[in-house]
Amino acid sequence: MKNTAKRMKGNTATYGIVVLAYILCEIVMRTGHMSSLMKGLLVPLCVYAILAVSLNLTVGILGELSLGHAGFMCVGAFTSAVFSKCMAQTITVPTVRFLLAVLIGVVCAGVCGLLVGIPVLRLRGDYLAIVTLAFGEIIKNVINVLYLGVDSRGFHLSIKDVMSLNLEEDGMVIINSAQGITGAPTDSNFTLGVILLLITLFIVLNLIDSRAGRAIMSIRDNRIAAESIGIDITKYKMLAFSISAALAGAAGVLYAHNLSTLTALPKNFGYNMSITILVFVVLGGLGNIRGSMIAAVVLTLLPELLRFLSDYRMLIYAVVLIVAMILVWSPGGIALRERILAWNPLRKREKEVQ
Amino acid sequence: MKKLVSLALAAMLALSVAACGSSDTAGEQTTGSTDAAGTEAAEGGVLKIGGIGPISGDAAIYGQAVMNAAQMATDEINAAGGVNGMQIEFKFEDDESDAEKSVNAYNTLKDWGMQMLMGTVTSTPCTAVVAKTAEDNMFQLTPSGSAVQSIAQPNAFRVCFSDPNQGLASAQYIGENQLATKVAVIYNRSDVYSSGIYEKFAQEAANQGIDIVAVGEFTADNKTDFSVQLGKAKEAGAELVFLPIYYTEASTILAQAKSMSYDPIFFGCDGLDGILTMENFDASLAEDVMLLTPFAADAEDEKTQSFVAAYEAAYGDTPNQFAADAYDAMYIIKAAAEQAGITADMSVSDMCEAMKTAMTEITVDGLTGNGITWDADGEPTKEPKAVKIVDGKYTAM
Repeated sequence: MKNTAKRMKGNTATYGIVVLAYILCEIVMRTGHMSSLMKGLLVPLCVYAILAVSLNLTVGILGELSLGHAGFMCVGAFTSAVFSKCMAQTITVPTVRFLLAVLIGVVCAGVCGLLVGIPVLRLRGDYLAIVTLAFGEIIKNVINVLYLGVDSRGFHLSIKDVMSLNLEEDGMVIINSAQGITGAPTDSNFTLGVILLLITLFIVLNLIDSRAGRAIMSIRDNRIAAESIGIDITKYKMLAFSISAALAGAAGVLYAHNLSTLTALPKNFGYNMSITILVFVVLGGLGNIRGSMIAAVVLTLLPELLRFLSDYRMLIYAVVLIVAMILVWSPGGIALRERILAWNPLRKREKEVQ
Repeated sequence: MKKLVSLALAAMLALSVAACGSSDTAGEQTTGSTDAAGTEAAEGGVLKIGGIGPISGDAAIYGQAVMNAAQMATDEINAAGGVNGMQIEFKFEDDESDAEKSVNAYNTLKDWGMQMLMGTVTSTPCTAVVAKTAEDNMFQLTPSGSAVQSIAQPNAFRVCFSDPNQGLASAQYIGENQLATKVAVIYNRSDVYSSGIYEKFAQEAANQGIDIVAVGEFTADNKTDFSVQLGKAKEAGAELVFLPIYYTEASTILAQAKSMSYDPIFFGCDGLDGILTMENFDASLAEDVMLLTPFAADAEDEKTQSFVAAYEAAYGDTPNQFAADAYDAMYIIKAAAEQAGITADMSVSDMCEAMKTAMTEITVDGLTGNGITWDADGEPTKEPKAVKIVDGKYTAM
């Protein structure tokens, strides 16, 4: 009973931080004190926070390693951008179009997660890491050879070149292989981003506190024990993994609707991106939802705030990352941190008085 | 304990946001004061031009070249009295050739007080940034963003040829000079530049009586072995191999072609520029390679030679085509600003409107072409130059 109350308090604090940050940003923005850089960063911050929270569900709660989270993000981004580009004239209310796009992106990414999970999650060991790694690269490469066009006769698909789409005069190329999608409407904004983040948090935190969540965590802690009390391991693993993939898809939708160009480069949807998200999760703490959210925000802001260092920017970023990891998670670092936090002159004086 | 840490982190987050807010106001204040100081120093004030490009990551070599050359041009212009009596202040931000980072860089420059943008260097980020500059109605001139969509907005212009124009010019050049009828193409399909040129080339080839007998593709993930593509070209009996790619891959292709004793004419675009100065490359392999490029560092004319000498003295490096584009870009901005009668106290939007009109009126003699003019759609009109590598040197054809 006490545990539940404590957890509830923790969850409320997590939502509170998001809402507070949102209100703070809105106030600063409305009063005109926010820099353009910060304004441009608000949506990406939501994207990375959602990604970190969703990956934490796989890595921290389910205890499986996924190295292809950017792949699911890519699926969500491209399917939703295709939808929005096709519907740009038909649905004219940006918010409605965006929410429908979110639905499509989430469903597609979730289905991909399910498909990847069906064979792999039945296995023990690190297979999920290997398969998701491959999945991420495959998705990226498929997009890079895909040509998709639409005209009055319907959709045309090719993997050769634009000419072989045989579009009519009124046709429009939607996905132009390596050149990606350009000109999809930029429907996302900070408010929608925060709403998506809150929904993500709501889903993940409630899942953790539910019966299913406890089953998932029992699989992480001891698979054999969980199996022996009759928990359907594959089912629960699948549940957690596909929810995680679907939420990554939501982040992808937000990402795709933030800029007017969307390409599947190694940089934004490749292996590096998956690792970056994993870094957020590890720094924030495995299984610690609030932590991974905060880590995502801090680590995304850091390289931008270090711009004044020009050439040394990325160097300093790397050093800060290492120092942060040591301070937050190494035993020595924790001890040091506790000593610093325990050093409280006021309290000391109180003791002396006593 | 955990709560304390998370609270501390949350506080950090809040602080960083607040810090951004406050640093912005501080930035505005300093901008104001430097403006005031500038007005006192040079009566015309200061024109703030921003640049964006990759100076870290894979494409760093291009961004570096643009940054250096633009800075050089800025110093020269300032020493010669500036633009309409205004001194130019140039600031360059890194974007790692990533669309998202590029928009961040753009916003950073906006906070700095940028009035015009000379960028971005690479195509995809340029497409993202151009949407933002159009929103703010800021004048943008990209030295080397060559994709069609990179200047889709009316406020954007470019110095280099667009990708389709290069493909078109290549096909026409090969056709008109009857270099070959059987042509093979090896291109990088994961690259916007390369596939853009190839598509237009393939379309135009039929009109020029060129028969494309083999098409070899590769992607960024497998670009170390080209024997399959070359074998295909050799088997099909191609007399000319068209390489709309960058020089790093081209150097491998040339070496492998030699080892399988296949000796067609190799024909490339401006991406091949730089192959002769590449480290550990046997320049004799590039003998007889033809390329269509607006700039060659070995050109005989005085303008190029003085630019190359100055660049080498300042940065210890031979300038490539990107450097030339950027150097030209700064002088184009100068010419257009003088034509439009830009003053430092104009708003960004007014400046853009004036520059847009002026761009279509000016004619610029630059490193990358003589008598360059612009249409309202932002495309430059200039003659492509074909050069051939003879005895390890570019020779005009």
